[in-house]
Amino acid sequence: MKAGVILLCAAVALSACSRGENADDLFDQNIGGPGAGGIDPAAGFGTVIGPDGQPIEVSSIEYFNQVIGDRVLFPVDQSTLTAEASSILDQQATWLLARPNAQILIEGHADEQGTREYNIRLSARRASAVRDYLVTKGIPDGRLSTVPFGKERPEAVCSNESCWSRNRRAVTVVTGGLGA
Amino acid sequence: MAVLHRWAAVFVLALAAMTPAAVTAQGSGKPLRITITDGVIEPLPISIPPFVPDSPDAAQLANDITAVIAANLTGSGLFREIPRAAHIGRITNFNQPVTYTDWSAINSDALITGSAGTTSDGRIVVKFRLHDVFAQSELGAGQQFVGTRDDWRRMAHKVSDQVYARLTGESGYFDSKLVFVSESGAKNARRKRLAVMDQDGANVQYLTDDNSIVISPRWSPDNSQIVYTSYETGTPTVFVLNTGTLQKRPLAGVQGFTSAPRFSPDGRRVLYAAGQGGNSDIFVLDLASGRSQQLTNTAAIETEPSFSPDGSQIVFESDRSGTQQIYVMPANGGNARKVSQGNGRYGTPVWSPRGDLIAFTKMRAGQFHIGVMRTDGSGERELTNSFLDEGPTWSPNGRVISFFRETAGESGARTLYTVDLTGRVLRPVRTPEFASDPSWSALLP
Repeated sequence: MKAGVILLCAAVALSACSRGENADDLFDQNIGGPGAGGIDPAAGFGTVIGPDGQPIEVSSIEYFNQVIGDRVLFPVDQSTLTAEASSILDQQATWLLARPNAQILIEGHADEQGTREYNIRLSARRASAVRDYLVTKGIPDGRLSTVPFGKERPEAVCSNESCWSRNRRAVTVVTGGLGA
Repeated sequence: MAVLHRWAAVFVLALAAMTPAAVTAQGSGKPLRITITDGVIEPLPISIPPFVPDSPDAAQLANDITAVIAANLTGSGLFREIPRAAHIGRITNFNQPVTYTDWSAINSDALITGSAGTTSDGRIVVKFRLHDVFAQSELGAGQQFVGTRDDWRRMAHKVSDQVYARLTGESGYFDSKLVFVSESGAKNARRKRLAVMDQDGANVQYLTDDNSIVISPRWSPDNSQIVYTSYETGTPTVFVLNTGTLQKRPLAGVQGFTSAPRFSPDGRRVLYAAGQGGNSDIFVLDLASGRSQQLTNTAAIETEPSFSPDGSQIVFESDRSGTQQIYVMPANGGNARKVSQGNGRYGTPVWSPRGDLIAFTKMRAGQFHIGVMRTDGSGERELTNSFLDEGPTWSPNGRVISFFRETAGESGARTLYTVDLTGRVLRPVRTPEFASDPSWSALLP
């Protein structure tokens, strides 16, 4: 999700610039709650300006999915978390810790370069790696479940690395517990 | 959804030997015989003149049956049909003596004569004789098959199996079925449901709806049940489906993510893979007691188990060495030895019903292959090669393999194929939708 994250940040910066503000000021102005002060918006509450210039509630699933990033990517035939993946999961964990009722389903996926059954098991490893990482960050095991989809549900449908790299993913899905 | 009851219901196929034709056999030494080997095969020239209708209303039936027989035999790659335009002889009466010189003159080694008719109670009767043209004699006794009108294709398959068996010395595979995953919709939102059809693609019927992902259906040895993996419960779970009633249920006694089920040769146990997190091991479930036994115990991905036909060994795939490879272990677990030897990754091993070979999917240098090797890993041969070939299944006689092929890109069309053991006779099997994960049934009774 590297490209996506960079894009999002750029967009936030851009919208900030257009108002003559910097991005940090936006967070500082709007965020209250435990994370207030602009140190870690994921732990806080309130509203930030999203990539499209529209406000996003920090507590919303949209914030989790789009600003933090709901997914991490893996190299070919690997289930070890990269440094970038760990960084995204750190933010996911912060957000999830601040919302103790949120239930989480982690979907594992693989690209099409493997046999169906093996890829299901490979994607189970990926989902499990994310789950285990979030547990080390303090998310209770009981809030986390996993499902391995193998190559059954590709996100990108071309047959080259540009798509395959997007399909080798584990997606953290907030399935409930956010309240009204 | 179409329902399956008909073929699974009681079906009586009368089979009776008939008195030999009037012409006396002139034995000329060795009987006509095709030896199936891994080497080059020259297809046997065979003539299949139209079956004779016993009554005018059976004319279409007789033609249709003849066409199915010809398609079966030529489709095997072992036979070459001599075009009817080249025929000198004409078969107008099933009981007329055959003028063998008419058929030897066009170098037809074998000749099939037959008839088709209807009985007063609406059933159909198919008769055939197989002739060794150059020996000027019948090869085996003539036979007749009686069945319902709906089963006319099965009778054509029965005739084909008899011809195949008499000319090769091995049982045929034509009166059999494929269960497979029928797929529709976009590549990133494929809908999947189980379907069954005759081995030649006829009579497709759907066994499940497409509300959940289904994969890897496999027959029980008596064709009465199908085990498969379904996401009906949200996560991959082994289900068992009764082919007569179409009732399905999760396989009792299994836990975690379960997948890759396959019956034992005696039908009393089911092998499967299970694991909750990133691990996956091989288990065997005793269906009568509901007790599961764990057969492997490593941190690796171990899956796709398949019994040897004598039930003494299990072949499976594992990445315990770092990449997907094929291993063989005793049926009760224990020491597993790696048998795949070449470069690349190996998966989906399936033991041949003859016991002599293991079929597999091989991934090497960005290409997929269906291949076979001896059970010790020697004699490996790649039979196919494409962007994505996967999931071999053996014909009941162990001479043909079905698998699925997927094309690259957004369209991502999945199609079933068959390939013979030489790798030269490669044919698509037409299906109404995209199709994958074929499993070949045993010969029907």
